[in-house]
Amino acid sequence: MPAPEQRRIIFQHIDEPGYTNDIDCYLRNGGYEVLKKSVGRKPEELIDEVKKSGLRGRGGAGFPCGVKWGLVDRKSGKPIYLIVNADESEPGTFKDRYIMHQDPHQLIEGTIISCFANNVKQAYIYIRGEMPEGARILEKAITEARAKNFVGPNILGTGYSCEIYVHRGAGAYICGEETGLIESLEGKRANPRIKPPYFPAVLGLYQCPTIVNNVETLCHVKYIAEHGGEAYAKIGTPNNTGTRIFCVSGHVQRPGYYEFPAGTITMGQLLNDVCGGPLPGRTFKAVIPGGSSAKILRFGERFKGKRKVGAEMVDYDWGVEDVPMDFDSLGMIGTMGGSGGVIVMDDTVNMVEALANINAFYSHESCGQCTPCREGSLWMKKISSRMVHGDARPQDGALLKSVADQIPGRTICAFGEACSWPTQSFIAKFTDEFNNYHEAKKQPKPAAANVLV
Amino acid sequence: MNLKTETFQRIDEVITHYPVKRSATLPLLHLIQEDVGHISDEAITWIAQKLELQPINVLEVVTFYPMFRRAPIGRRHIKVCRTLSCALSGGYKTCDTFEKEFCTHRGEISPDGEVTVEFVECLASCGTAPVVMIDEVLHEKVDVTKAKQLSAQIKAEAAARK
Repeated sequence: MPAPEQRRIIFQHIDEPGYTNDIDCYLRNGGYEVLKKSVGRKPEELIDEVKKSGLRGRGGAGFPCGVKWGLVDRKSGKPIYLIVNADESEPGTFKDRYIMHQDPHQLIEGTIISCFANNVKQAYIYIRGEMPEGARILEKAITEARAKNFVGPNILGTGYSCEIYVHRGAGAYICGEETGLIESLEGKRANPRIKPPYFPAVLGLYQCPTIVNNVETLCHVKYIAEHGGEAYAKIGTPNNTGTRIFCVSGHVQRPGYYEFPAGTITMGQLLNDVCGGPLPGRTFKAVIPGGSSAKILRFGERFKGKRKVGAEMVDYDWGVEDVPMDFDSLGMIGTMGGSGGVIVMDDTVNMVEALANINAFYSHESCGQCTPCREGSLWMKKISSRMVHGDARPQDGALLKSVADQIPGRTICAFGEACSWPTQSFIAKFTDEFNNYHEAKKQPKPAAANVLV
Repeated sequence: MNLKTETFQRIDEVITHYPVKRSATLPLLHLIQEDVGHISDEAITWIAQKLELQPINVLEVVTFYPMFRRAPIGRRHIKVCRTLSCALSGGYKTCDTFEKEFCTHRGEISPDGEVTVEFVECLASCGTAPVVMIDEVLHEKVDVTKAKQLSAQIKAEAAARK
């Protein structure tokens, strides 16, 4: 079956010739019309639309946005903050970059609508430190929007006021974790907070109720405010509504970003039809479907079970190519849709070396406050890089697994899971390659193989 | 603290963005590093006083975040992405090329003081791997040929300055 057509609702103007990131261009394309209508509605109505839409957060966890907003403590009398999580750092993910650089007003409009719906008077955009140009573009866009009275005091004469400031991170991946991000915004080390009691919806920024939403999620909110929650829920599949942006990188002919109705495209269609298949003369070996912490899939493995289609339970028997790219299907086969970052590896890649690359990342990025994660990620890195650069032993795979198995569930935040899943899944799926690496590394490498660590 | 007038103005402005002064720690560190090039002991004490904190509160932030540095670097900062998608597309070769072009090693200042080449973690542009940031500008699909071109450009700019 050929791949469905792309449906660009968030990336509608990305890479469009002549489309610029200034407010005039945005206004010419109908910009801020949704905000004008939204501020005339009741905030509860907007929250209801988002609940009806079934929108799931696009940062990685896929938590329903309406539920998140519903958890906010509105009785405390404290101010409510909204933070835009623009700390796009999960390896393999590069969608928010394009929204912020090429269509920043879409984000600002979505942010102000979300703030209005939740009675937020102050929002911060936490953008990663490595995007200085993005930060400048957003600041300029906010200034433009303020001059037109879309941001700031008494927005469009409604008496509602809301300010947005851009806050830059400084190179720490853990700031993408919402409570780490909040600590960072408070001017501290980004050590995540323990939940309970520090659920941002109750005790977030400055111990006030706080909503943290991903850049793309807020753009979806704008679309929902425009078209209604029910219309939005008709895009995609039940429980996986709206569109999904896939960021494909690694060994395909046409890496890049592609937006499809959620759940309508399979991994095979995405990689073969949309991305042009493997590089000439190569074959696909493995794919990480949702950012580097998602568990890896091996081409050739099969997934069997029962799943719900409508009201019925149906058997499924999928190869990697057959898996629909939605949160639930990827969850069912033991991995996750995560942030939509699809990293493809072909037959030139040695899995021990690829894992050593990933382990070096997580060991660098562990915040260090929980011992299992700090020490575990470090030892996984040391062992896997020793296998590549020093002596490898047949029992190293088992050793790596034993370290990885001791981390998840024993840490304050989900980084413990994020850093152990790659090791656990690589070793489960490519056991022989780990056990035989000491022999394999003596053989010459494929000419096209790249150094990975 | 010896800073440009504009930096002082921006510092005073950014502090007003937050209900709690401490939140301005990262912005102040960025502004001072952009002005001076690195974060000195003097800067840490100065920021602490400015934000009514203890110097340790600022130091612990500086040592946590990879982008803040305690010592000067070369005139230009070449940051090559090391993470998986870039490595799969030849990021290590790209980094090696810059090191050879400037006779330097990762993390060190080149002998002519012109560049510091570094590996950094994911720069969130994996679809155009391998990527490199030179100062504040992102360069995409930087293979060996393009790395050589960029190096030549940096050298030409350095020569023009002399």
